[in-house]
Amino acid sequence: MSDEHYLELCDNPVQFENASSVNNVFFDEANKQVFAVRSGGATGVVVKGPDDKNSVAFRMDDKGEVKCIKFSIGNKILAVQRTSKAVMFCQMNLQCVVLEVSCLCFVFRSLQTKNASVLGFCWTNWNEIVFITDQGIEFYQVFPDKRSVKLLKSQSINVNWYQYCPETAVILLSTTVQGNVLQPFAFRSGTMSKMSKFEIELPVVPKPAKLSLSERDIAMATIYGQLYVMYLKHHSRTANSPSAEVVLYHLPREGACKKSHVLKLNTTGKFALNIVDNLVVVHHQSSQTSLIFDIRLREPDCAVNTHQPVLPARSIHPYRIPLSDSSSWSVFQPDIIISASEGYLWYLQVKLPPTVNLLQDKGKLMDFLLRRRDCKMVILSVCSQILEGGEKGSLPVVATVFDKLNQVYKEYLEAEQTYTLAMESGPSRGSAAQKRPVRTQAVIDQSDMYTHVLSAFTERKGVSHKFIIAVLMEYIRSLNQFQITVQHYLYELVIKTLVQHNLFYMLHQFLQYHVLSDSKPLVRATPQPRLSTANDEIVEVLLSKQQVLGALRFIRSVGGHDNVSARKFLDAAQQTGDQMLFYTVFRFFQQRNQRLRGNPAFNPGEHCEEHVVHFKQLFGEQALMKPATV
Amino acid sequence: YEVSAAGVCCAGISVPRMATGMQEKQYTPSLLSFFIYNPSFGPREGEEEKKILFYHPCDVEKNEKIRNVGLCEAIVQFTRTFCPTKPAKSLHTQKNRQFFFEPEDNFWIVMVVRNPMIEKPNKDGKPPTIEYQEEEILDTVYGAVLRQCYSMYKLFNGTFGRAMEAGGVELLTQKLEKFFYRYLQTLHLQSCDLLDVFGGISFFPLDKMTYLKIQSFVNRVEESLSLVKYTAFLYNDQLIWSGLEQDDMRILYKYLTTSLFPRHSEPELAGRDSPLRPEVAGNLLHYGRFLTGPANLKDPEAKFRFPKIFVNKEDSYEELHLIVYKAMSAAACFMISASVELTREFCEQLDSLVGPQLTLLASDICEQFNINRRISGPDKEPQFKFIYFNHMNLAEKSTIHMRKTASVSLTSVHPDLMKILGDINCDFARVDEDEEIIVKAMTDYWVVGKKSDQRELYVILNQKNANLIEVNEEVKRLCATQFNNIFFLD
Repeated sequence: MSDEHYLELCDNPVQFENASSVNNVFFDEANKQVFAVRSGGATGVVVKGPDDKNSVAFRMDDKGEVKCIKFSIGNKILAVQRTSKAVMFCQMNLQCVVLEVSCLCFVFRSLQTKNASVLGFCWTNWNEIVFITDQGIEFYQVFPDKRSVKLLKSQSINVNWYQYCPETAVILLSTTVQGNVLQPFAFRSGTMSKMSKFEIELPVVPKPAKLSLSERDIAMATIYGQLYVMYLKHHSRTANSPSAEVVLYHLPREGACKKSHVLKLNTTGKFALNIVDNLVVVHHQSSQTSLIFDIRLREPDCAVNTHQPVLPARSIHPYRIPLSDSSSWSVFQPDIIISASEGYLWYLQVKLPPTVNLLQDKGKLMDFLLRRRDCKMVILSVCSQILEGGEKGSLPVVATVFDKLNQVYKEYLEAEQTYTLAMESGPSRGSAAQKRPVRTQAVIDQSDMYTHVLSAFTERKGVSHKFIIAVLMEYIRSLNQFQITVQHYLYELVIKTLVQHNLFYMLHQFLQYHVLSDSKPLVRATPQPRLSTANDEIVEVLLSKQQVLGALRFIRSVGGHDNVSARKFLDAAQQTGDQMLFYTVFRFFQQRNQRLRGNPAFNPGEHCEEHVVHFKQLFGEQALMKPATV
Repeated sequence: YEVSAAGVCCAGISVPRMATGMQEKQYTPSLLSFFIYNPSFGPREGEEEKKILFYHPCDVEKNEKIRNVGLCEAIVQFTRTFCPTKPAKSLHTQKNRQFFFEPEDNFWIVMVVRNPMIEKPNKDGKPPTIEYQEEEILDTVYGAVLRQCYSMYKLFNGTFGRAMEAGGVELLTQKLEKFFYRYLQTLHLQSCDLLDVFGGISFFPLDKMTYLKIQSFVNRVEESLSLVKYTAFLYNDQLIWSGLEQDDMRILYKYLTTSLFPRHSEPELAGRDSPLRPEVAGNLLHYGRFLTGPANLKDPEAKFRFPKIFVNKEDSYEELHLIVYKAMSAAACFMISASVELTREFCEQLDSLVGPQLTLLASDICEQFNINRRISGPDKEPQFKFIYFNHMNLAEKSTIHMRKTASVSLTSVHPDLMKILGDINCDFARVDEDEEIIVKAMTDYWVVGKKSDQRELYVILNQKNANLIEVNEEVKRLCATQFNNIFFLD
């Protein structure tokens, strides 16, 4: 069972002083920094970032309880909020380890609306900040040197609460009495743009109207490069919804927001959301388990864009030190889990190997794995596993898996080709320089398959050659289907297997239909008639693999043994160091000579003198075949 | 494609059968007798009849049978003194030609063919003059036909030796009687030609992708029906894949294309409402049906017996059930060890698994084939006809022969030209080197034979005023265009 935990906490969590009566802990999602503020800052503020280099410690005067504290991007300016009416800015010099910041501070309280109370603020740049008040949103530029701020833009609107997605710099405001009309704003270097608002469908409309959409039930995150608003829709006894679900609203840069996906949780209770490796992770508090959803995975038996969990619910892999109670954990987007009481910040991770045994449908498993970040070795191990089983009816599965791999492989090859062509035609043309396509781990090419899967598979004992050939042909079929040029070493694998089992006629048939002949080493242009070329090449391949007898058998099967160069075979046999092999090959050619010319000796033109000497050395003069006496 | 022109010769071929009179009658070569004997079965005088295992025609008087067998024995013995390893293969006489073949130790098969002849009526009520054309038939052609008879027997019965072991002379004679009685009726000696010498296999031209799909199909079927040991796949009576070894496939192919398929071509041609039309099972529309075994799976009386065939396996042979299953123009042969008894369940399983897939594949192949044909341009009557054969993979292709049927193989050229092709082939057989022979026939045709490595190509050109150089150029062009395509290994 322990192998089934497909979620885990990272090995190197950010550790900080746990929250207590004297130590307040804050987390800034934008910089992913944890602030431990002791005694209002008087006895020190320790800031821990995702890596050790970002750790900062300083002291500031205790001017009351800190409500919120955040660095601007790049740790340039610190903003501290102590009251609902004012925010203090401090400029930091981070060269020093401990700073007295009070001298550099100035307090900013000239808000647009006098009576408004600040709900919070978000840094969108090193010196740009957005204030969200209950009466609107205000966008400022901060000039720490001049101790002044400049209003860039503002908008009045009644706000219940807000959410910020630092990745995309989008702020989402909850408006109206029920709170279910959401107004997003996007920020980009000095500009604030209003995006189209949208309404979340509530399960029940309360009467009289009251705030019904909690900020705890809304989260924003990017999944597969697109921004989504996730709404945790609890079940309600009155409405016809037996269990909770997560509704995803796609929030495009331009255009209207649309309800796009529904994730069925099939249970009720308290939930929290994370996004890991483009998967939506839903934690269920009472059962202490988590579910994962992949919005790109098509569900055949569900309505469009309704998703069931990819895998059965499992708990997160237990952390190496015992933890008191995970129910007190706080969850932040996209993949952060914080235990303030223990003083840990973890990144949530997906472990792929356990998914292999949990997902029986191999096609679906491949679809799932191919979209994950660290998928390569897992995919290759799945391939090996399918071939290992050799259970009945596995060929169609093998075919499906190969097709899925090659689909991704082909897309990458095409992107690469387009890029190369664009580069060749000159960068002057076109506006933005094309980006070189990124080769993700999901691109499994022929050499990967050969090295990690096929080569070992063909050598394994106890596998029927029929199955080996069927699998190799299936892979070649799949490559061809995606118009990918097959590498010669795959052909060599087929040839080797066929020759080992004396299946020369099959080999001929493959050659005849050019299934094995499109690669360079097999049909190098030679001045000889083309008929013999492929055969010659097969002989070369076999000789280079030290399959001397296989090569001899092959050339005999095509009736070419009267004309082949004895020297080539004798060389190869001699190189193996196998004396009996050399003896056999030597004898074979002596007999051929006898048959063709009535004399076992080699012609001078064949240049086999050294082999004759070698033979005499090994086996003695008398072992040589004598001309038959008539 | 280089061919060393070892010999180029021009020859005038006279055409003796120019019609000179209305009453002149021509007779094609025909089978006079066919017998099988084993000299060791009746070595003593008075026991000669015991040697004879089979004799056609059966109504020949006993003493004549003994005499004819004795004569053959004597000829073989006599010629052995000249070359112990290669006894006589044929005996030419004015009226007929005899062919000898010893397929197994001491078992001899002899075929006597009457030479073609012309009957010329004489005036004044005299009996007509008969002119035998003893040089018109070729040893190579009929020698091959004889060997084919044995191979076909062996395919369905195993060796003579096997029958001897199982039931002695009695069983062997029974088997021979049963097999050859019918088989000899299907021999059409008048239409035997170069293709019988080759005994080749016509391969279906196919693009790589469709070919790989077929591979995939075969592998999947063999995986899910693990009883299936070997599979062969044909389309339009042409081979695409054989899991059998080459020599076994060669004779099985002959059987399928000249006997089994022609007998079953009717349902495809039948109308929609014809009772011969295959039934549509459930929702799954497929056209699969068994050509051997049960004609109708739904029939409660259906028998699940399939013909058995014998194929070579290393030093011995293997007995197999032959299941031939066809959907539209695609036929799959599944071979299963004869030790297994085939049941209704198995046949139903095969039908439901293979039927839909094969139907789909057949339409895929048809579509691909049409695409390829469109690319290669419309079929216009070319200025030449050819026969191609590759000894290595037995691939043959002929534009001279019409579709072969059970009864007769039609050629589109004059028998004299076919004879020239046969002669050139004999010349080629004599030497190992690559050769090229160009012949100008009397009828304005040019006949070109090329032999390169293991391949032979025969071209008949109809170009009245062409000279040798032009003909040579024309053939070169033909090689470049016709034999550059996907399915010949060249």
